[in-house]
Amino acid sequence: MAHVEQLVGSYRAWASNGASRAPTWLKDLREGGIARFHGLGFPNMKQEAWRFTSVAPIAEGSFELAKPPARIPQIEDIRPFLLFEAGYRLVFVDGFFQPTLSTPFFDDVQSLAHVVTHRQDLVRQHLGKYAPTDDRPFSALNTAFVNEGAFVHVPAKAMIAEPIQLLFLASGDQQVVTHPRNLVVLEREARASIVETYASLGTGAYWTNSVTEIVVGDGARVDYHRVQRESERAYHVATTQTRQGRDSTVHLHTVAFGAALARHDIGAVMAGPGGRLILNGLYLLGGHQHADHHTTIDHAADHCESHEYFNGVLDQKSRGVFTGRIIVRPGAQKTDSKQTNNNLLLSADAHADSQPQLEIYADDVKCTHGSTVGPLDPRALFYLRSRGVGEEEARRLLTYGFAAEILGRMDVVALRAELDRIVRDRLAA
Amino acid sequence: MAKGKVLLEVKGLRVAVAGNEILKGVDLAIREGEVHAIMGPNGSGKSTLAQVLAGHPAYAVLAGTAKYEGKDLLDMKPEERARAGVFLAFQYPVEIRGITNSYFLRSALNALRRERGEAELDPIDFLQFLEQKLKAIGWDDTMMNRPVNEGFSGGEKKRNEILQLAVLEPRLAILDETDSGLDIDALKTVAETVNKLRNPNRAFLIVTHYQRLLNYITPDVVHVLADGRIVKSGGPELAHELEAKGYDWLRDAAMVS
Repeated sequence: MAHVEQLVGSYRAWASNGASRAPTWLKDLREGGIARFHGLGFPNMKQEAWRFTSVAPIAEGSFELAKPPARIPQIEDIRPFLLFEAGYRLVFVDGFFQPTLSTPFFDDVQSLAHVVTHRQDLVRQHLGKYAPTDDRPFSALNTAFVNEGAFVHVPAKAMIAEPIQLLFLASGDQQVVTHPRNLVVLEREARASIVETYASLGTGAYWTNSVTEIVVGDGARVDYHRVQRESERAYHVATTQTRQGRDSTVHLHTVAFGAALARHDIGAVMAGPGGRLILNGLYLLGGHQHADHHTTIDHAADHCESHEYFNGVLDQKSRGVFTGRIIVRPGAQKTDSKQTNNNLLLSADAHADSQPQLEIYADDVKCTHGSTVGPLDPRALFYLRSRGVGEEEARRLLTYGFAAEILGRMDVVALRAELDRIVRDRLAA
Repeated sequence: MAKGKVLLEVKGLRVAVAGNEILKGVDLAIREGEVHAIMGPNGSGKSTLAQVLAGHPAYAVLAGTAKYEGKDLLDMKPEERARAGVFLAFQYPVEIRGITNSYFLRSALNALRRERGEAELDPIDFLQFLEQKLKAIGWDDTMMNRPVNEGFSGGEKKRNEILQLAVLEPRLAILDETDSGLDIDALKTVAETVNKLRNPNRAFLIVTHYQRLLNYITPDVVHVLADGRIVKSGGPELAHELEAKGYDWLRDAAMVS
């Protein structure tokens, strides 16, 4: 409990000092968040949603709230994490917005701290309205510290051609915590592609606790990519929550390469009829890495289609956890939902847990799910070898295919190429 | 026509899988340019013979030899056999997630080219090469950018095996029940392609349960495999005889022999 108290204490100090000038509604939102976190405390493994993941390293660690970086990185420092230099981008270092590294677009692609005062009504309308906090202590804690993060707003019928890059970098080796808070709003029939990346300039055991809310209006489409390549000693806890309207499309891609311990809660609410969702994820782990993906697709309206694909590639003593919950609400007729989770174990010490959870309350629906956990398919190995491919190369090719299957669904060519390069490097190592 | 050199020579081959002896002494000699058919009832060991020649690790060779181009085939790894020119068209082609047919074929072709001391083909050169190959057999490239065999119909999978054969240009092509699961149009397409790929340097071993594929591909020699042994060999007319009379008379022959 001590560290819950420590975090609450650091909240009190922060709220009465640097964050004291916030508008009342925002202060209320934060107070609600800290009260919730205080009440819930850290999750434990007796809780169903945390059966396979211990957050002890976070709960028992001591993390100070990050301070502005002593040295602001130069563009050369961040270039390895940029897909391209054109287009709009928002760069944050240790949670702090970096205007000199960013290319915002008026008040539509902008730091959240800025728009909280400059577009107060719009932010207030959406912020904290989608990501649940009732039983989510980390999300509640993030809400307590809501201040800085990315804000993207795409007006009705507008289309932003180039992908928008949101880059969150950890600068050093201090044991600090950041609470990035992102809000993405696409008005009706708008379209945008976004790449949200978490990475590190150092090798620290820091803790990122992020929440991203994505609202997609009727007929709008977002291609959202999330790349987690934190330091291998870092802790990464995140929530991504979407809510989509009638006839809208969400393609949500997530890739997890980094962090010692990562937990990503992904929630998608299909609130209007005719929505389409692709939830496409990859985790590629080695060493003692642990990554837990907890997904919830909520079919709250009829005639929606969701396709969920998660592949895990687990080497050495790593562990992957996947929970895929699909809820089909009463009246969500003609739902078409498909879920697959395939886990490739590259070592005898690697481990994967896969649990589908289907809750179906409508009768005229199509829901399928399947999951696999196992080593490389010996039939596939023989097939490749029988074509002249050597055994080592065959293994690498089949493993690569596991990752490539997920990357192949991404439309941003530069991102696909970069992730492909990272995957190849990891497999060659 | 002058007879070609012996390409494959199998002698007294006995093979077991999971402790059960499936092949009980097979003798077979295939010359360059020849097409041999192996027919036989289910469970006779036809597919075992095909797989063991390709080097499937599940099969244990108990006795006998198999020489390919005079070398000990059974001592070679599956990839070494492939690089030496042995090709197996699978009865049940395997799906490979995330790898496109094009990428797969290029990897395989480059493995063979490295073996032959030839330069590897980059993606662009490969596409040109592939285009020529497809043109030669009159096929389009619709299967090339899909993951290997994934979501393919039964017929598409078998066609894909024959496409690989055309690209990899083996010296010994073993077709394991390539005709099963094909409708008559697909069967004709596959047969026509095989006929185009026949040449004096290449031999075929066609494993089939039915005679119908042999209506379109005329073999030089037909063997009947029953209970792990070749019980009868003959010309193309033997296939017709089997079609008319079934396998029972031969199985009985095998029992008494």
